[in-house]
Amino acid sequence: MSEDRLSRVFAALADPTRRDMVARLAVGDATVGQLAHPYQMSMQAISKHLKVLEDAGLVTRSRDAQRRPCHLEAEVFDLMTKWIERYRQQAEERFSRLDAVLAAMADEEPAAKTKRKGAAS
Amino acid sequence: MSINHRTVIEADPNLPTVRVIRDFDAPPERVFRAWIDPELIVQWLGPKDTTMRIDAWEAKTGGGYRYAVERDGEEIAAFYGSFHEVRSASRLVQTFTYEGAPDGVSLDTMTFEEIEPGRTRVTALSVVDTMEGRDAIIASGMESGVVEGYEKLDALLEH
Repeated sequence: MSEDRLSRVFAALADPTRRDMVARLAVGDATVGQLAHPYQMSMQAISKHLKVLEDAGLVTRSRDAQRRPCHLEAEVFDLMTKWIERYRQQAEERFSRLDAVLAAMADEEPAAKTKRKGAAS
Repeated sequence: MSINHRTVIEADPNLPTVRVIRDFDAPPERVFRAWIDPELIVQWLGPKDTTMRIDAWEAKTGGGYRYAVERDGEEIAAFYGSFHEVRSASRLVQTFTYEGAPDGVSLDTMTFEEIEPGRTRVTALSVVDTMEGRDAIIASGMESGVVEGYEKLDALLEH
């Protein structure tokens, strides 16, 4: 389920208009009309984009107020950042081991082959 | 610079790609060798607390490979692919399939660039055919298994 959620978030953000909408909502809540304003798009098209953002859990809309302002759920971003960070940490773990392997290889290479300055010959 | 932040990951929002960038304190020839020599790669490629068992490994242009990852003597995952191009000390192009998802294939291009004498930047670009496939690669951290991180993520997902 969590992987599905991640995929939805990535897919939702794959579109430049939706990324722009998210960037604007990061500044503050906005109504659909306010969100639609800068784009040469029908309200219907904007609503479609919003629906994708809502389905991904990135945006919520209050049910009570008549204006139903859109609100960015920043924690979902934290989640995505965490997934990527996790992936990065695993890569780093691997590469730290590679660092050790490379260091051991350097020790095994004959001194004549190492071109390091100041190395004892 | 913190040692923990040496690896850079770029997941393009518009393309099904992942780029991993890392600098190493060794010349390209040596880093490249650690990537293609089966005796060396088993020492670092697999996830923590696992053993990498190589079943086939022909690191030359047009060659192929297969390896399995074992934990406590049990196979937990296996991978295979081709060495599309092995260009000594500068470029390595491989296909990569996780046998648990046999329809998926990643095209991985590793470039080895000497950024200063004795220092090498490796850029590994993985390209797959769908955004979902790319996200699955990033989410694969879930399976390859560092348990302590798991718990933190689980707690976060429960919110």
